[in-house]
Amino acid sequence: MSRYSVFSLLRHAATGNRGWQRAWRAASPKASYDVVIIGGGGHGLATAFYLAENHGIRNVAVLEKGYIGGGNVGRNTTVIRSNYLLDGNTQFYEFSMKLWEGMSAALNFNVMFSQRGQLVTAHSADQLDTFSHRANVMRSNGIDAEILDRDAVRKLVPYLDFSDTARFPIHGAIFQGRAGTARHDAVAWGYARAASGHGVDIIEGCEVTDFVRQGDRIVGVETTRGRIGAGRVGLAVAGHTSVLAQKAGLELPIESHLLQAFVTEPVKPLVDHVVAYGADHFYLSQSDKGGLVFGGNLDGYNSYSQRGNTGVLREVCEAAIALMPNISRLRLLRHWGGIMDMTPDASPIISLTPVDGLYLSGGWCYGGFKATPASGWCFAEMLATGETPALVRGYGLGRFRSGHMIDEAGAGPFAWLQ
Amino acid sequence: MLRIDCPCCGVRDHSEFRYGGDATVERPAHDNPDLDAWYRYVYVRANPKGLHREYWQHVLGCRQWLVVERDTVTHSIHSVSFSRRQRA
Ligand SMILES: Cc1cc2nc3c(=O)[nH]c(=O)nc-3n(C[C@H](O)[C@H](O)[C@H](O)COP(=O)(O)OP(=O)(O)OC[C@H]3O[C@@H](n4cnc5c(N)ncnc54)[C@H](O)[C@@H]3O)c2cc1C
Ligand SMILES: [Zn+2]
Repeated sequence: MSRYSVFSLLRHAATGNRGWQRAWRAASPKASYDVVIIGGGGHGLATAFYLAENHGIRNVAVLEKGYIGGGNVGRNTTVIRSNYLLDGNTQFYEFSMKLWEGMSAALNFNVMFSQRGQLVTAHSADQLDTFSHRANVMRSNGIDAEILDRDAVRKLVPYLDFSDTARFPIHGAIFQGRAGTARHDAVAWGYARAASGHGVDIIEGCEVTDFVRQGDRIVGVETTRGRIGAGRVGLAVAGHTSVLAQKAGLELPIESHLLQAFVTEPVKPLVDHVVAYGADHFYLSQSDKGGLVFGGNLDGYNSYSQRGNTGVLREVCEAAIALMPNISRLRLLRHWGGIMDMTPDASPIISLTPVDGLYLSGGWCYGGFKATPASGWCFAEMLATGETPALVRGYGLGRFRSGHMIDEAGAGPFAWLQ
Repeated sequence: MLRIDCPCCGVRDHSEFRYGGDATVERPAHDNPDLDAWYRYVYVRANPKGLHREYWQHVLGCRQWLVVERDTVTHSIHSVSFSRRQRA
């Protein structure tokens, strides 16, 4: 695999850009692998890359039923931040942030990580107090955090509604300057290319339909392209975790829910940061093409349809205009949906399972994109060693039995409330 | 938008309803000391890709709790009934 560089750009430009190689090999399945990863999203691909890079395990396949980047890794609103409050989350997401900061260099692929900063508005003194608590926890963990008063928010983002008629007047905000966005497809492509360069087989158009067992142990998978043997199997299928776990005889505390995203027609540069609205579940950022990218709540009932309902569309537009009245005339260009796992505490599951040979990375909901590098790093370590890495000890399946949930949203055991 | 045919009120948009999740979970008897049964009741959910039996409450209508059989892929609704009739 030839490296990308200024020189390769110039060389290819001079020869009409006809000589570029495809970014990753189109592989056909072998009879067996040391590790088979189900799901070619960001998490599966990152896992494969770190298995090779950190652990020297290169006899690895990533099996993707569709195409690389077609799942949530290419459907999300690309927000990356590490402003978490609860132990377990705080450290994990900051580890992820550090990996983001080195990702383009590590992968030799420009993932366009843009640390434009993210702020969450507070709309009462009490809310700002809880943000101060969070900021203190972050800073004591070495994470950048600032508390801004109303004037400071106004200076930073003057285009929000600071009028007397604001529905929920802005009181202040919490700000993380290192937060930002990345080009989501590039993350999938970059990991795919780097993993492939290490010898990993990335097999698109290959759906896993069942597991192969020897006694109680899983020793492979049945796919639409035949049976593939595996020393260990890692499950990283985003919203489809329950469907596959069920085939392995596992019942999980997971529901699949739809999350929508929205983008407006492109406009001139207007929104420099990622802005989240503390009075509702709503946030926006501006893409490099100029569109304003919005996100909001789950549709709120189990779904595998990847089509959204109009109720959420209306809620999101109402929140957008309450926060930024000056965009009320913008036209929405597109909206789409992705199927996510929701757990009862809205935190992920990176875990050994009761099924021998099967390892699980699932339960990724609203915040799973920013977790991509850390999740891949830790899941690779788990698959390589058979042990739970310290960083993800809080994300085990056992937490729901022992009562050690990491319930950042504080919404209790009902997935559709998270 | 889903349209739920409430047996009390007729066909209404789902935005009039509150979702209540998996209707197949069984609440253990009050004095059941089996922790596993309680774990399953609180946390484990059927999450089928296909027909799902689920609770909805008609909060902006008759306020009845209903059991709806809905396909989670196509969103077609196969049946709606009062949840109290389901319980012995
Ligand atoms: C609208 C939306 C907005 C979001 N916004 C953000 C955000 O701003 N910030 C953030 O951090 N997170 C966000 N997320 C969450 C984040 O995108 C996901 O949590 C994360 O990307 C999930 O991991 P993944 O990338 O591996 O998933 P995916 O890319 O979905 O990968 C899973 C893959 O598994 C494949 N698969 C499924 N079943 C099988 C099978 N049987 N055999 C083979 N392959 C199979 C699928 O085709 C898919 O490609 C958002 C999600 C959505 C839907
Ligand atoms: Zn009714």
